[in-house]
Amino acid sequence: MVRFEAVGLRYLGSGPHAGAWGPEALTDVTFALPRGSFTWLLGPSGAGKSSVLRLMHLAIRPTRGEVEVLGLRLARAPRNMLPAVRRRIGVVFQDFRLLPYLSVFDNVALPLRLAGRPEASLRADVTEILRWVGLEAKADASPAELSGGEQQRIAIARAVVTRPDLLVADEPTGNLDSRQARRLLALLREMNRLGTTVVVATHDEDLVARFPAPALFLHEGRLHDPDNARGLHADSATDDDIG
Amino acid sequence: MTTLARRRRYSRDPLGLRRALSGPLLPGLVAAMALLAALAVAGAQGAAALAQRWQRGAAAAVTVQLPEADAAQTRRALEALRAMPDVAEARAMDEARLAELLRPWLGGTGGLPLPAVIELRLANPRADPVLVGDRLAAVVPGALVEAHGLWVQRLAALAQSLRWLSWVVLVLVAGVAAAVVAVATRAGLAARRDAVEVLHGLGARDSDIAGRFARRLGLMAAGGALLGTAAAVPALALLVDLASPWTGAGAGGSRAAGGWAALPWPALAAVPPVAFLVGWATAQLTVRRWLRHLP
Repeated sequence: MVRFEAVGLRYLGSGPHAGAWGPEALTDVTFALPRGSFTWLLGPSGAGKSSVLRLMHLAIRPTRGEVEVLGLRLARAPRNMLPAVRRRIGVVFQDFRLLPYLSVFDNVALPLRLAGRPEASLRADVTEILRWVGLEAKADASPAELSGGEQQRIAIARAVVTRPDLLVADEPTGNLDSRQARRLLALLREMNRLGTTVVVATHDEDLVARFPAPALFLHEGRLHDPDNARGLHADSATDDDIG
Repeated sequence: MTTLARRRRYSRDPLGLRRALSGPLLPGLVAAMALLAALAVAGAQGAAALAQRWQRGAAAAVTVQLPEADAAQTRRALEALRAMPDVAEARAMDEARLAELLRPWLGGTGGLPLPAVIELRLANPRADPVLVGDRLAAVVPGALVEAHGLWVQRLAALAQSLRWLSWVVLVLVAGVAAAVVAVATRAGLAARRDAVEVLHGLGARDSDIAGRFARRLGLMAAGGALLGTAAAVPALALLVDLASPWTGAGAGGSRAAGGWAALPWPALAAVPPVAFLVGWATAQLTVRRWLRHLP
């Protein structure tokens, strides 16, 4: 499903360092996530969590090693093969990234329209997913009229409306209060129960304690995981009874 | 009903380009350029018509008259002329055609002694016909060289170069229009950078995103071009009307229609579609090149 193999990543410098490669943001990261798993991605700020997630949703390519996502080998895949795989991946960002000039409905419908779904069949799906996140009444509102928690639920609705195979969330609760954060996590867990592979990056330890699951620890760009060469945390609790 | 309409409108414009790429600046600039293009097109066609007409008139750039010539003298003159390196072609004009040419001035030519006339084409139009005449006079006394056609030929050459100049202007105008569209496209990309990146992340292909920009900018360019071409039509009609004595367009009672009928309508009608294509292609190239920096 998702496989990292000795992945190294450097960013190209900008500003005064334009053209020069920066230090390694990731070094020798190796792990594999099975289909249908739920995985926490943990570590302090700057540890490389976002870089791992960006590799997973094909926003960047590795500098070294190989990243395999949904059967696509990212290091050498031709550029025109990426969009089709991206459509099978849902992404939730800390800053939501909704389009401000589109209504809630149009924001959620965007992935379906990009996939070429006809308007007639798309309406029911969008309405259903909005009901699932509890915001069907706000379909015609503009994102700016919603609270942060509501905007994040819209972002989740947009990420899952295509029933993606992989869902990645980068600090999705960073801008939410704890009650809204728990509600959001419940939605992510439910997607996981329905069969989607979910990866959530966070540094919110309370949240992890409430929803125990396998975790990857990153520290200074390396997987901090002396016991398990695959990178999967071994002693995670079973987690199906959390809601 | 209004929300439905709004929804339908937005669903076709997920990048919000209608708002990001709006305002009169781009259509206005393209309109100015279309006006120039229309003038250049009309100029090219007008110059071509003049050149063609003048060149026909200058078929015999130089004529040689041999007053009181008999057949032997004419043959001698032809031989001498054909031997000269400056002369590309020398041909005796037959009497019937000469009579036809003179009829408007002399009426019937029955009984009048006509000179023998030889038509010359010079190898180099800049060669001096006076020298040809001097050399011929040494062989056939009394030969007269008439070089009015050379002037016509030079005018035709001028018209021809004007025509080429018009084409160059046309290419330049298209180039400037493409540059203007490229600048507008970059501005649109800067204004909608976040949206483009969101769409790219959601799995939009380069062709999806570039196509949306290209349609929008192509339509804006075509709209501006329509305005500019329409503005050029009255001025062109006036010019064509003024030029009609030379091009012969107004002759034969059609002057009442003024310049309208003589305007190069197909070429003018092509200006807006060509502007659409220039805008469309420029936007496609600009957006696709910009998208290359995304993986």
